[in-house]
Amino acid sequence: MSAVSYLQAVHDALQEEMRRDDRVFIMGEDVGFNMLGATGGFLDEFGAERVRNTPITEAGFTGAAAGAAMVGMRPVVDLMLSSFMYVAMDQIISIISKSTYLYGGQASLPLTIRASMFYGGSNAAQHSDRPLALFMASPGLKIVAPSTPYDAKGLIKAAIREDDPVIVFEDGTLWTSTGEVPDGDYVVPLGQADVKREGSNVTVVAISGAVQAALAAADRLAADGVSVEVIDPRSLVPMDYATILASVEKTGHLVVADPSHRTCSPAAEIAATVAEDGFWSLQAPIARVTVPDTHIPFSPPLEQQLYPSADRIAEAVRQTLK
Amino acid sequence: MDVARETSAEMYRRMFRSRSFELAAIEKMKTGEIPGALHTSVGQEASIVGSCMALRDDDYMVGNHRSHGHPIGKGARTDRLFAELMGKATGINSGMGGSMHLSDFSVGSLGETSIVGSGLPVAAGAALGSKLQGNDRVTLCFFGDGASNEGTFHESLNLAAVWVLPVVFVCENNGYGELSAASVMVSVPDVSMRAAGYGIPGATVDGQDVLAVYEAVGEAVARARRGEGPSLVETKTYRFHDHAFGLPSPVYRDQAEIDEWQKRDPVTLFRARLIDDAVLDEAGVTQIEDDVAAEIAAAVAFAESSPYPSLDAAFDHVYTNPIPIRH
Repeated sequence: MSAVSYLQAVHDALQEEMRRDDRVFIMGEDVGFNMLGATGGFLDEFGAERVRNTPITEAGFTGAAAGAAMVGMRPVVDLMLSSFMYVAMDQIISIISKSTYLYGGQASLPLTIRASMFYGGSNAAQHSDRPLALFMASPGLKIVAPSTPYDAKGLIKAAIREDDPVIVFEDGTLWTSTGEVPDGDYVVPLGQADVKREGSNVTVVAISGAVQAALAAADRLAADGVSVEVIDPRSLVPMDYATILASVEKTGHLVVADPSHRTCSPAAEIAATVAEDGFWSLQAPIARVTVPDTHIPFSPPLEQQLYPSADRIAEAVRQTLK
Repeated sequence: MDVARETSAEMYRRMFRSRSFELAAIEKMKTGEIPGALHTSVGQEASIVGSCMALRDDDYMVGNHRSHGHPIGKGARTDRLFAELMGKATGINSGMGGSMHLSDFSVGSLGETSIVGSGLPVAAGAALGSKLQGNDRVTLCFFGDGASNEGTFHESLNLAAVWVLPVVFVCENNGYGELSAASVMVSVPDVSMRAAGYGIPGATVDGQDVLAVYEAVGEAVARARRGEGPSLVETKTYRFHDHAFGLPSPVYRDQAEIDEWQKRDPVTLFRARLIDDAVLDEAGVTQIEDDVAAEIAAAVAFAESSPYPSLDAAFDHVYTNPIPIRH
């Protein structure tokens, strides 16, 4: 075990998979220059054919990943920021999510899309999106959102080995965070939630950047005698509802913390599912801690108030236990 | 150009097959046995078959919404294609895709995609895959004049050019994007002129002349196979039918124009040429036509007698590696 940063874990996952399988290649804007820090040294090690700097042409190279995957390659598309996915939307939805289905299973699209949610840093409304729900709403995509270096490395390796398209929503606010990662090869299978902290009074399901805030809230609440269980789904499609429902059955209370906008968010889907399938376990209404349905402002104090913080999560927990 | 007798005969067979397939489909549309919309390419068979025959069997091809003929041109059997049009379990896509999404991966037909312009990046990507795999396969992408106004056209030509990809972009310019005339909607008289903007060869050919198409696309394919990069070939052709059966069609073009183009029916033209050039005699041509007619009749019968998919098939193939589908 060694402590590495989230971004280093991403780097290591990509590097190990490229060494393991020569069908894997990376393309994206300035990946060869290590623009955002996950591909340092790749150009020297793997060469320009497998580490492809692209023109600024998101629909073009995202669609090209689909074509390359159909003929047997395993592309990793580095879309840099998740806000840039919209430029490639038709390729992601109409081609990548649907081709296996449309052609009756003749096509497999084993490709990985890296897209970082780049919020919290005064990059304003167009660069700060967390569009998890938009893509969860299209069948055919698998979606992960790791919150720790361990999960980031294990999920990216699993994504690259998956025979379906996987979107990896990295959380840019976590890039510099560190955590223990084993030295050897491992994967985190898709569809397995992780109980980040065990507790008995309330279940907090936290997604991506909200996980650390939830753990901080749990620390504070513990001082008040409240025992919080924190669950990180890690994988949003498929989602491990069994682990969430089992926890709610134990605690009787649910708070969902999610850096998405409130309406039709992953938090909304989790809340609806627990309301449908776990209603008789609930002792109080479900609470959601999400970003209000406004855009992300540039001005720092305006922006910082919007995300699920430890304060907001702790308050929601207290309310649900009243 | 000098084309082997067998190649010419096969070209005619595939042109007549595409024509017969679509005429049979129109009949099934009228009876309601084919649902949805049916975008026919009757009138465009020379463009389709001349292009496809310029490819090797192991080359790839990407189509668009008007693509019944493309897998047929690439060599696909017609029975499973027809069953697909009828939404049957035996359809090439198991009934999941229908008219706008025919495919046959076994002959390199990587699927038609019905969002205008969406296939061009996919074709560039298949070509990239071949390049990375170190083989000499070429990918051919069909699209229309309408798609040449989509961003993906421009992105894909640029990407293919800067990466020197083995891909041939074939614009089947049938004069209309849906109902709007290319002469009004496209900024240049020939779509092939747009190739200059990407530093790649562009050529315009008579899309009613299968041998002219075969020659022009053949040159582009050879260039791609030599590793010299992409080309754009525009085939000037015409859609004899309206945009689609099953969709509204206000009047948008003159009957005189339709009549004029129908005088240059590519199937009739090539039939006459085969006989004039003594490639085949009347009996030889008729034999091909009879064979194809029997084949299409059998394909239709196969589709008619095939069952619909079981209802739970709606939940298959969402993924290659399945996960539980939430109901």
